[in-house]
Amino acid sequence: MAYYAPSTEDEQLEMMREVGVSSWDGLYADLPEELLLDGLAIPDGASEFGAQAVMERLASKNAAFQTIFRGAGAYNHYIPSLVKQITSKEEFVTSYTPYQAEISQGTLQSIFEFQTMMCELTGLDASNASVYDGAAAAAEAAAMCRSRDRRAVLVSEAAKPNVISVVETYCYAAGAELRRVPTRGGLTDGDALAAMLDGSSACVYIEQPNFFGLIEDASALGRIAHGGGAKFVMGVNPIAAALLKTPGECGADVAVGEGQPLGMPLSFGGPYLGFMTAAEDMARKLPGRIVGETVDADGKRAFVLTLQAREQHIRREKASSNICSNQALCALSAAVYMTVMGPRGLRQAAESCFSKAHYAERKISSVRGFEPVYEGEFFHEFVTACPVGTESLMRRLESRGILGGMPVDDGILWCVTEMNSRAEIDDLVSILKEVAEG
Amino acid sequence: MKLSFEKSRPGRFFPVMPELDVPEEKVPPELARAALPRLPEMSPPDISRHYSELARRTHGVNDGFYPLGSCTMKYNPKINDEMANLPGFTRIHPLQPEHTVQGCLEAMVRAGEMLCEITGMDAMTFQPAAGAHGEFTGVLLIKAYHASRGDGARTKIIVPDSAHGTNPATVSMTGFQAVNVPSDSSGCVDLDALRAAAGPDTAGLMLTNPNTLGLFDRNILEITRVIHDAGGLCYYDGANLNAIMGIARPGDMGFDVVHLNLHKTFSTPHGGGGPGSGAVGCKSLLAEFMPAPLAARRGGGYAFESPPQSVGRVSAFYGNFLVMARALTYIITIGGDGLRDAARNAVLNANYMMRRMSGAYDAAYPGTCMHEFVLSLDGLKREAGVSAMDVAKSLLDRRMHPPTMYFPMIVKEALMIEPTETESRETLDYAADAFLDIRLQAERDPEALRAAPVSTPVRRLDEVNAARHPKLRYNFG
Repeated sequence: MAYYAPSTEDEQLEMMREVGVSSWDGLYADLPEELLLDGLAIPDGASEFGAQAVMERLASKNAAFQTIFRGAGAYNHYIPSLVKQITSKEEFVTSYTPYQAEISQGTLQSIFEFQTMMCELTGLDASNASVYDGAAAAAEAAAMCRSRDRRAVLVSEAAKPNVISVVETYCYAAGAELRRVPTRGGLTDGDALAAMLDGSSACVYIEQPNFFGLIEDASALGRIAHGGGAKFVMGVNPIAAALLKTPGECGADVAVGEGQPLGMPLSFGGPYLGFMTAAEDMARKLPGRIVGETVDADGKRAFVLTLQAREQHIRREKASSNICSNQALCALSAAVYMTVMGPRGLRQAAESCFSKAHYAERKISSVRGFEPVYEGEFFHEFVTACPVGTESLMRRLESRGILGGMPVDDGILWCVTEMNSRAEIDDLVSILKEVAEG
Repeated sequence: MKLSFEKSRPGRFFPVMPELDVPEEKVPPELARAALPRLPEMSPPDISRHYSELARRTHGVNDGFYPLGSCTMKYNPKINDEMANLPGFTRIHPLQPEHTVQGCLEAMVRAGEMLCEITGMDAMTFQPAAGAHGEFTGVLLIKAYHASRGDGARTKIIVPDSAHGTNPATVSMTGFQAVNVPSDSSGCVDLDALRAAAGPDTAGLMLTNPNTLGLFDRNILEITRVIHDAGGLCYYDGANLNAIMGIARPGDMGFDVVHLNLHKTFSTPHGGGGPGSGAVGCKSLLAEFMPAPLAARRGGGYAFESPPQSVGRVSAFYGNFLVMARALTYIITIGGDGLRDAARNAVLNANYMMRRMSGAYDAAYPGTCMHEFVLSLDGLKREAGVSAMDVAKSLLDRRMHPPTMYFPMIVKEALMIEPTETESRETLDYAADAFLDIRLQAERDPEALRAAPVSTPVRRLDEVNAARHPKLRYNFG
């Protein structure tokens, strides 16, 4: 009996007899002989017990920081225990895409609820069931906006560099141009944007808050984009979205974002969650799975994958995207997270991020050499100068169990969330003082 | 059942966070949203019950047989989940300094090396989050390769008509034109049509082998030779690797780039549609184009490297790391011998089930199959008016997930059955008997089959209405 394959040797022989072969080779008679391997250069099975030892050793080689002041696209938030328990239910974990709606109402309804919550959070009309991550969501949003004549994608240089990089890869694939909109004082430069827009511009992509943590004047940028005939796409942080003007209120045609802050651990970058919502007139251009409400043969309310005529399994080479899965279990995490938090809890988490980040910014920037680099209002990230080499500073913080902010061109990008206590912030500041005073 | 929004009561609030320990700051009103999002307001016990009820209305591999062809719904070992959930993995920020993430990097390098050995490739990336994402990445490597040689004439990619829909969609998404080649009467690529299609405009070929009919294309070496002779590269869609891992390797068949579905072949759970992992491997001639960053050995440790002519990133970070960690756990647990045994048992189980059903149903391609086989219910539909859909829905009343329906498109009334190696003979017999019973019922009482299912939480759905009048979110009224 092999691992996880239950048939005993006797059963295997009987089954082979039924099938009419006398050996394993008989099952592989169609394979050219020269292709047949004589084993793999991979050790024999270590057993569950043995594998556990290997994996635990690997995990122990990483430093899991108690205190984290780093964001830059991945955020340390509290995950309520209900989220972990519910997303561990084996029905949700071990099922697949809900093709058979009659026995998949649980997955389908949870996605329908997720879609509704994302519409509420972004103030837009329709949501898909999610895509791979926030960067892929931005790239797919750009593709939604392209038409035959309007193909260029204008991306703010204040967007996260890794998101820009993914959008660029997708543009390269499609043969579309990516143009970078410069920044001024850490914010997307509206005048420069206005001058860049022309008849070939498909869309403008900005982030709210942007990579430097600053809150953009999204409404104004949206008006500029629309004035140039381009669509307006906003990449939003879902925690900040509980407080800030919604993409809908800012006139966005499409909103996307990284859903990781909604109940997903940092996990060295994944699995995360790309969410996408759109205004009514763009809804049918959303890629990927979408769940809709309908009725069953008895007239009972039920949910089903819908608008599938957009998708690759029907349209094949005419489909606008090849995506055929979503991050369903991550979307479930987000939905459970938002349900547990509720509107008030989510606002509380967001206000806590905002208040603590502002407390930290005041304290840190009072240390000589750590002055703030930008002036604008921010959410839970901000950039300060750094009077010493960032690498040595990070090593010093590391020795005290702290993951410091992200080194960037002009200094350090700090992130403070509800996870950071006042005592942690004060500790950080006292270490920075030691460093500054030399 | 009710939606969470319908269970919501205004003001119901159970804080999970403590009071603020710093002075409160408010977002300036001109930046603030007008109203709070209308999220559900529910108590923890009600939330718990809500999701338990949803779980009961969801069929996973743990709830019963799930022979969904081409999806490899094998058992998901629980040790994989336990290892992926170690705090030493889940609490790691993706932008930590390299010396603090040596375990993550080593895990990626080791998994990459073993998957290279399994596929016959030289480099492996875990950035793609799913199979389709892997296809996108792999075909981009082909695009970058031709571009680096100044070969702009190669605009077409050949795709057999039995291919998954993602293949032609990927071709379009990467700026190529798809050229369909038909299958011959044996279900394999028509070699003459392939030779006629290949030429100086051929950038490459995308092929699944075993193909979606569950057949190993015995002309595979000739197929890849035709493409290489024409100057193109060969892409292996790894959806069906489960049949041949440890038996034969795509790299030895002449493929230059592959994607693997770690959520199929390497036992990681499907999560209701994701997250998966569409790892991409390539031969050394494409390695310089791989997405950056790529985990590698350096000195005595591990580091990220940027391939010199990288096509760029396809994910914000390094892909679905925890899914990769599950696959690594699986490979270490069962080892090289276990992978081969898994493939053998997957093929044996499929052949056994096909044989058990052979008198009652028509296999689209009789003979030995690989890990899956395709039935054509065209005859049954003409004789008894019972469609593949009716049979599938009748299986729901017999507590199993139906096979993949109406795919591949080249088989009429297709049902594609993939039992996987983790099912016991009793389960296969139970399923085969269910099929046989349905076949008998098709003669006696076809109307009952057309009305199935009757025992599920809901019955057949009005899909036309759903698409014609889309309701994609709850209406708060």
